[in-house]
Amino acid sequence: MSQQAHDSTAQSGAVTTDLQKTKMWRSLAEYHGQAGFQEQLLREHPQQTQKVFDPPQRRDFLKLMGASLALAGVSASCTKQPKEKLVPWAKNPEQLLPGKALFFATSMPWSSGSIGLLVESHMGRPTKCEGNADHPASLGATDVWSQAAVLGLYDPDRSQTLTYRGRASTWGAFLDAMKAAMTEQVGKQGAGVRILSQASVSPTLEAQFQDLLAKYPKAAWHQWQPHNRDNARAGAQLAFGKDVAALPRFDKAEVVVSLESDFLSSAPANVRAIRDFSSRRKPRGGKAEHVNRLYVAEGRPTCTGAAADHRLTLRPSEIESAVRALAHKLGVEGGTPGLAGASFMRWVEAAAKDLAAHKGSALVVAGESQPPAVHALAHLINEKLESIGSCVQYVAPAELSGSDNTQSLRTLCSEMKAGKVDLLVMLGGNPAYDAPVDLDFAVGLAKVPLRVHLSLYQDETSQLVDWHVNEAHFLEAWSDARGADGTLGIVQPLIAPLYGGKSAHELLAVLNDKPGVSAYDTLRENTKKRIGEADFERKWRRIVHDGLVPGSASEALAVTGQKFSQAPAAAPAGLEIVFRHDPLIHDGRFANNGWLLEQPRPMTMLTWDNIVQLSPATAAKNGIETGDVVEIAFEGRKLSGPAFITPGHADESLTLTLGFGRRNAGRMGNGVGYDAYALRTSAAQHMGSGATLSRTGESYELATTQEHDKMDTNLPENLREEMSPVRVGTLDRFRENPHLVEKKEREDTTLYPERAHGEYAWGMVIDLNACTACGACVTACSAENNIPVVGKSEILRGREMHWLRIDRYFQGDPKNPKIYTQPIPCMQCENAPCETVCPVAATTHSPEGLNDMVYNRCIGTRYCANNCPYKVRRFNFFLYSDYDSESLKMGRNPDVTVRSRGVMEKCTYCVQRINRARLTAKKEDRKIRDGEIRTACQAVCPADAIAFGDIRDPQSAVSKLKAEPQNYALLEELNTRPRTTYLARITNPNRELET
Amino acid sequence: MAQIFTPSTNTLSKVSIVAVAVIAGTGAFALTTANRWPWINNVAVAVEQDVPFSHKHHVNGLGIDCRFCHTSVEETAFAGIPPVKTCMGCHSVVWKDAPMLEPLRESYRTDIPLQWTRVHDLPDFVYFNHSIHLKKGIGCESCHGRVDQMPLMWKVNSLNMEWCLACHRNPQDFVRPREQVTTMGWDPMQPEKSGSSLPPTPQAELGPKLVQEYKIQSLTNCSTCHR
Repeated sequence: MSQQAHDSTAQSGAVTTDLQKTKMWRSLAEYHGQAGFQEQLLREHPQQTQKVFDPPQRRDFLKLMGASLALAGVSASCTKQPKEKLVPWAKNPEQLLPGKALFFATSMPWSSGSIGLLVESHMGRPTKCEGNADHPASLGATDVWSQAAVLGLYDPDRSQTLTYRGRASTWGAFLDAMKAAMTEQVGKQGAGVRILSQASVSPTLEAQFQDLLAKYPKAAWHQWQPHNRDNARAGAQLAFGKDVAALPRFDKAEVVVSLESDFLSSAPANVRAIRDFSSRRKPRGGKAEHVNRLYVAEGRPTCTGAAADHRLTLRPSEIESAVRALAHKLGVEGGTPGLAGASFMRWVEAAAKDLAAHKGSALVVAGESQPPAVHALAHLINEKLESIGSCVQYVAPAELSGSDNTQSLRTLCSEMKAGKVDLLVMLGGNPAYDAPVDLDFAVGLAKVPLRVHLSLYQDETSQLVDWHVNEAHFLEAWSDARGADGTLGIVQPLIAPLYGGKSAHELLAVLNDKPGVSAYDTLRENTKKRIGEADFERKWRRIVHDGLVPGSASEALAVTGQKFSQAPAAAPAGLEIVFRHDPLIHDGRFANNGWLLEQPRPMTMLTWDNIVQLSPATAAKNGIETGDVVEIAFEGRKLSGPAFITPGHADESLTLTLGFGRRNAGRMGNGVGYDAYALRTSAAQHMGSGATLSRTGESYELATTQEHDKMDTNLPENLREEMSPVRVGTLDRFRENPHLVEKKEREDTTLYPERAHGEYAWGMVIDLNACTACGACVTACSAENNIPVVGKSEILRGREMHWLRIDRYFQGDPKNPKIYTQPIPCMQCENAPCETVCPVAATTHSPEGLNDMVYNRCIGTRYCANNCPYKVRRFNFFLYSDYDSESLKMGRNPDVTVRSRGVMEKCTYCVQRINRARLTAKKEDRKIRDGEIRTACQAVCPADAIAFGDIRDPQSAVSKLKAEPQNYALLEELNTRPRTTYLARITNPNRELET
Repeated sequence: MAQIFTPSTNTLSKVSIVAVAVIAGTGAFALTTANRWPWINNVAVAVEQDVPFSHKHHVNGLGIDCRFCHTSVEETAFAGIPPVKTCMGCHSVVWKDAPMLEPLRESYRTDIPLQWTRVHDLPDFVYFNHSIHLKKGIGCESCHGRVDQMPLMWKVNSLNMEWCLACHRNPQDFVRPREQVTTMGWDPMQPEKSGSSLPPTPQAELGPKLVQEYKIQSLTNCSTCHR
């Protein structure tokens, strides 16, 4: 780092300087130039054990070096290989060849819309999920949760047996008990039978429910899940008088206004939205055509907010006023003029003008946690803008027989308390943990004589029931699942249930007195009803092969706006409390998934915890700093959790993350974070007002990676724009000069000889304009490359293992900063600083341009990581890989070494995939085709933001992107000549709001 | 104060200089040659199996091609160990009551697979692929030796990295015509013995020609095998 850079930071105090206005910063500590920050910046591992920084002690050093050299010699040459057994089949099955992966189509069921998958299977063991390119919700891409599904399947903490009151029991005993219970109900027409499920997207399950209800007409089916579409349903009712789901077509929209809708974060139903949206963010050939503009109003930074051209920080409760003002400006009935002095009026006026100027290609979307009025007004604005049909379609919701979840659970709870329920069967879900706290679900449950719970884990609810039936994972079961657009996908098992788990279909068959009927038969029969008997066998094989029923997408429904006359909600008083699900472990269902716990959350970069998010101003007002444990009281209940000051968070508002604080999640998830459900009532499921906040005086260490792996970003002012890691330009500037940054001719000198070049030259381009930082690539990388979970204490020491990280930068005023994100894998430098310092040549350059990492040769000096300017190398300080859990061994990618202690590792552009393609091509006597190799991060990317291929072929997709004027290399001035380059972020701001 | 060093110390110090050099040299030699000892790498050690399968009998005596049993050798990384079903194809008719084959029949009856002790076992960090070697004209014999002369299997090569590299650096010394990859005892000077119609050609002439024809690249970078 230059002396100049030191000086420039030293001068910046708490006062906002010019530098701070344009400087990109990673944390508030950096923004304020807090003491010690510079020192930390220079360290590779910010919280290294002190010993390493002690004055060098020569004797210790020699002793250690001597010992390690001797041990290295002994272990390398004097180990006798253990005897291994080869176990071939007795009778071999068809198709299976050892060493050759097979792919099978399936779907991941999800309440807001399932996604089609192709799952890689090695010798009958699923190891990796890819997207099913034929499925409209996927188009080949996937999301974080489908990537993590493999770990969920092999989770050693899954429930492995059926239990009766906590003791292992048998399926036969369960059948007897159910038979007795249901026989008793025949006379009562099932009046005492209640079934509680999560939202169902399976038509087969729906048909089974209807069968059951036909047989027991007085039985009832209730639905509850904490992240439900109650608001969206009520909003559609208000606007159109019927329950319809909006299916936005972001690829058609030129102006998009999001009202706390986080449609660019990772979720199965968002994959298509991200693809469509990003397709309008790819100016090519220096031409600024088809670029959309995004306005976002939200209470805390999200992926969508980061992608916004104009992000408005607004308390979630105030969004209704903003949308009413927006509606008013656009002449929609039900709109109310905003208060002239309201902070959001400037944003609203500009957005309204922009929307009105783009009739037919403008779109307003509302988030699921916003109240029904916001949804209704968004629909009515779309109607007014003539966007229905062009930018948004209305279809039947993906979930079947959806009912108001809150009302449904409330009814169930009161009936249970009144003793009207004899048998409660819960199909999945965890209501004892996630039901609104005021409904006292557990109290009601205790009054039910016979309680059954089907679940993947022995969770909080399982503790309170008579019968716990271990559930089959979706990768172990047959089912069907509707996508957001209604497309019916097939859920096909990749492996027989590991622990003999049962699916909801099998449980319902038992209640229907058909205990022998398998889920497969039920599904086949139901599909037959749907597509007809004619030629069924052939069609069925096709459907299972493709993973979906062709032509099953819902038809667009005609909708007409109704008079909207709901009075505006009362202005919130006092401190507001907001509940949001976690972007990775969701409502808590993935709380035992190590990959998801450890992956940094997109905007907070936090791992292994949930937090109480609040704005810098609110924190200052209450004297709170990040890490302080705060107590929040709301409607007579209290909880405490660590505060996290979040730039871009709304003032007078606290965001609590749901899904943590699990008591019976498993070894990974137990006791991680605090349980925000403890304050969540049925009336305030998404937000409430009148909370109080106080300090407890304790503090808590949070493992956030936002200050880890810092590249040298404190550049002197004259070089700042030129060398900033994330390069940004406005569309107007791009039109003037598509290069954005004037390229200076640099002397391309190197002391090293030119390298011999192989047949191909691999390179990558990451489009920062398309990337939404959803994080699916990070999970995919973990799944593909057997990346271990290291735990919170190691993250605190800066020892995270992710080969691909997503950096996030803020810029400008912490109240409402601009947010930029940047995925950083290994750059595969042509002049790689890591290679030259390795004393044992464990990292070398391949003729095709990869920085090969040879694990078996590495002796762990870590010189390479120290010399890497991009900080992408990861070291196994301990034996992080789980060598003991048998089930986890089944899920590993057999084409990638499982690394041991003392070994450096890093991204290799998925060299196993390159080699696989190379062998295939060679065996077919041809060259590798462009697009034949898709790295794990590229394949998963919903935004299609990553391109990979041969940069020596001028016609390859990656070469074409590298020729774009906005292409740039990270830390180019170091002359590392990285093979991974970036396309600059190009924003499209509204000129009216810019000044 | 008494002297710490006696005159003999002089001799001792001179001797120890030499001794250290000798010990270090011997140690280094031992370490580098350890992997070449059969005691370490099991070369030429016949491996006992539950069913004493003889390659000599099946290949030499009966003339069965390698690929009859090792079916995936041209398709995947792993050559494949035949399922018991393959054995029973013949042995349900031939030698069907031989006591030696009882484990085979039992496995077929019970569906419990046989367990074979691995003879050629690469470390797990080596990703070797059979199919590409066959495609490029490397014969089974080049690595596995004269399997047709082995009653029980043994390794003839160390499978050490230096041995792999010897061929990867000089493929022309080992390559043979593709149609002869499973031939045992291939000799380019006597092709007629292997039923080939090629004229006798010295390897020095045939090798480079085949390297060119098969587009054999001399891949020696690390990620070819390690990842």
